[in-house]
Amino acid sequence: MRRFVLIALPYAWLLALFLVPFIIVLKISLSDIKLAIPPYTPTLDFTEGWTGIKAFFSALDFENFTFLTTDDLYWKAYVSSLKIAFIATALTLFVGYPIAYGMANAPDHWRPTLMMLVILPFWTSFLIRVYSWMGILSTEGYLNQFLLGLGLMSEPLTILNTPTAVYIGIVYTYLPFMILPIYSALERMDASLLEAAEDLGCSRLKAFWLITVPLSKTGIIAGCFLVFIPTIGEFVIPSLLGGSRTLMIGKVLWEEFFNNRDWPVAGAVAVVLLLILIVPIVLFQRNEQKQRELEG
Amino acid sequence: MSQTVFEPWNDPQAKPLIQFKNVTKRFGDFTAIDNQTFDIYEKEFFALLGPSGCGKTTMMRMLAGFEAPTEGTILLAGQDIAPIPPNKRAVNMMFQSYALFPHLSIWENIAFGLKRDGKSKDEIAARVAEMLKLTRLERFANRKPHQISGGQRQRVALARSLAKAPKLLLLDEPLGALDAKLRQDTQFELMDIQETTGTTFVIVTHDQEEAMTVASRVAVMDDGKIVQADTPARIYEMPNSVYVADFIGEVTIISGTARRGDGAYEVSFAEGQPTLFAESDTEFANGQECHLAIRPEKVSITAEKPSDRRNALEGSILDIAYLGNLSTYHVELAGGQIVKAQTANTRRLSRRDFTWEDRVWLSWTDTAGILLKG
Amino acid sequence: MRRLTGFNVISLTLGFAFLYLPMIILITYSFNSSKLVTVWAGFSTKWYGELLQNEAFLDAAWVTVQVAVVSSTIATVLGTMAALVLVRAGRFPGRTLFSGMIYAPLVMPEVITGLSLLLLFIGIGLDRGIFTIILAHTTFSMCFVSVVVSSRLMTFDESLEEAALDLGCSSFQAFRLVTLPIIAPAVISGWLLAFTLSLDDLVIASFTAGPSSTTLPIKIWSSIRLGVSPEINALSTIMIAIVAVGVITASLITKRASLRQQADERAAVRA
Repeated sequence: MRRFVLIALPYAWLLALFLVPFIIVLKISLSDIKLAIPPYTPTLDFTEGWTGIKAFFSALDFENFTFLTTDDLYWKAYVSSLKIAFIATALTLFVGYPIAYGMANAPDHWRPTLMMLVILPFWTSFLIRVYSWMGILSTEGYLNQFLLGLGLMSEPLTILNTPTAVYIGIVYTYLPFMILPIYSALERMDASLLEAAEDLGCSRLKAFWLITVPLSKTGIIAGCFLVFIPTIGEFVIPSLLGGSRTLMIGKVLWEEFFNNRDWPVAGAVAVVLLLILIVPIVLFQRNEQKQRELEG
Repeated sequence: MSQTVFEPWNDPQAKPLIQFKNVTKRFGDFTAIDNQTFDIYEKEFFALLGPSGCGKTTMMRMLAGFEAPTEGTILLAGQDIAPIPPNKRAVNMMFQSYALFPHLSIWENIAFGLKRDGKSKDEIAARVAEMLKLTRLERFANRKPHQISGGQRQRVALARSLAKAPKLLLLDEPLGALDAKLRQDTQFELMDIQETTGTTFVIVTHDQEEAMTVASRVAVMDDGKIVQADTPARIYEMPNSVYVADFIGEVTIISGTARRGDGAYEVSFAEGQPTLFAESDTEFANGQECHLAIRPEKVSITAEKPSDRRNALEGSILDIAYLGNLSTYHVELAGGQIVKAQTANTRRLSRRDFTWEDRVWLSWTDTAGILLKG
Repeated sequence: MRRLTGFNVISLTLGFAFLYLPMIILITYSFNSSKLVTVWAGFSTKWYGELLQNEAFLDAAWVTVQVAVVSSTIATVLGTMAALVLVRAGRFPGRTLFSGMIYAPLVMPEVITGLSLLLLFIGIGLDRGIFTIILAHTTFSMCFVSVVVSSRLMTFDESLEEAALDLGCSSFQAFRLVTLPIIAPAVISGWLLAFTLSLDDLVIASFTAGPSSTTLPIKIWSSIRLGVSPEINALSTIMIAIVAVGVITASLITKRASLRQQADERAAVRA
């Protein structure tokens, strides 16, 4: 009985507030837009009984999904999101690995402090962290003031409202997600392995490449997915730093919903976005499982 | 030692405290306990001994109430315990990991079970003090478990499980986490405490020496079954199977065929080797396969063939294991059979009689070995 | 031996500079007296004063705190239950769906979570306001709580709970007297995580908030879309300061606790 309550309560909550809403999205993505409240048709009407249900299902179609393929805004947005997420993930890895590696090599009594310094930004507001770059990257911003002041160039750089700003924003906000799994993989590594490799004739660089990198592989993969997956649907960073020229699907969905009030198309955009996300999520799960098995 | 020997299992009048009746436990397709029936008597120190995965822990967890038998019944003092949940059983358990509550002091750990019984404050304080004294932990009452040593933790776990004065105390590998020296001392301490409190102890262990030292009876388990349950001496001297003979202590097994002779069986085991003689209570047919189990300390090792014993084999020394007080010789016979012989090192090492590759004679009496079917 | 090379020192220095410089600049310029945020015109705390006068910000902050406290508390209860189910309940019908629903919100884009909840609230005719934001925040943060708590439960020695049962506890007593005190640090960090996620959330709140229930992130969002403002710099500084004090205190406490434990263990070995 007690076990039943324990299971039933969170289960019911998630069914009602996670699964049911998602089914509604799926259903609306198969409906048609209509100037009404709610702004879509058909609506399920149980008062008409069986014929009502039949009419409801026969009115559902894949029109919105066909529309997504005909208007190139959408597929461009999907491709662009994937591209931005991919490049940003690679950049984050490039920036994050040396930091994680440095932390793992740091003396024992430094590590808790370094760890805290990595986690601290994660607890501060995401919005504020993105916002802090607006002042730095704008045409009159601190970066341009600094570079012009040094006399390195005569014209200010245009960074804000370009994809470059989006990359900087993503690397900055998602860096802890990359550093932490790599650091924990490196920290677990037995340092005598490197001594063994050097003893067997490796140079230090070679030992790093042949021992350290493969042993931190699960951390690298985990970190990459932790950055890649949420970046695809990212909304705040492209909106604040990317300007109108940066196309990302999270932003398109937001605009479709709030600005165009086309709920069925917004629903369809969401469904396709989820389908795209399934692949990396499944791969990520598999990596995690492999790691758990390795740990025993 | 004038009192009668403690052997309730030989007394048909004695009522067992615990009775397993055709108990089977399955986890999915895996049979952990296979149709076992046996009794444990009051005030016994009963050891379940076996390799990991033999089902000994499952047996104990069924007594504690954490597992229910798939088939069969378990009786405690004549009452079926299946419907009684673990928190209502007059059975307490000492866990392998000790399972001391890390957030509570030693005193609170020991008092934990008493508080659940709704005892008065004074009663609890008195009982805890008694337990602390029994286990010599008075000085540590206010410490937390992580502030004391491994041996002390073991005693806290014991005190906590004894505090409720259970009819039956279960001990799951109680000494497994201690180092060798401490383990020996603690074995005797456990026996003392068992005797003082008069509680029935059931201990699970994979360490045969530990089981032999502490237990009044040892049950050797293999693959979900109790192969033999008997006193340590009988388990050692009269194993009922090759498995038990091999599991407990060192032994040489010579496999051959039996033939009834005058008073003893004649065992022929290899071409060109003499026939061996062994007395046995077990019946063997002529030509039946048999295994002669012989303990190394019952084998004499001499340079010349002895004239007073019928069982004499010649071989060369392959290995000598020097154990300080004893030396075990591994002697290879013509044909490859290896026989172990043990001698007490009463002399200094430099004056040892035999060395590697010496030709020697091994011999033993007709009653030294035991003849087994399988 | 691990050794810290010159390369390590450089990458750590540059890395942490990258992580902290933007925030340091932001904090510095919150004390700028000029309205032009990128031009330094002397030290002043006037933007903090103006911020405290700004009713709209204060209202939004109050809404946010209410939502965060209530939703993180419910999420901690539900998430801890869900963690117990995941780690302890064994098999039951619909288990796969259950664990799927726990893990899915962690990787679900916020826009989708927000959109689907909004459509649900409209579908059942629920007026949007503080209540709907609380429902939404509870739903996704309970999943984070359950991940934090279940990873602690996985390393929890179950024989502790069995020992409690063995000593006469009912299963609820065993949970309350033994399991809960031991996993409390994980439950508390789960609560803190849920609280921070709720404070921080813009996207889901934007979908589920009504006109009368603007949260602080929504308010900040609508003002920073227009560009950098000194008031927002001041607000950001306050928020960063609160978080920094909280995180540093927490890490000092855990550090001291672990030092004390080490000392105790050394003493125990000698005893």
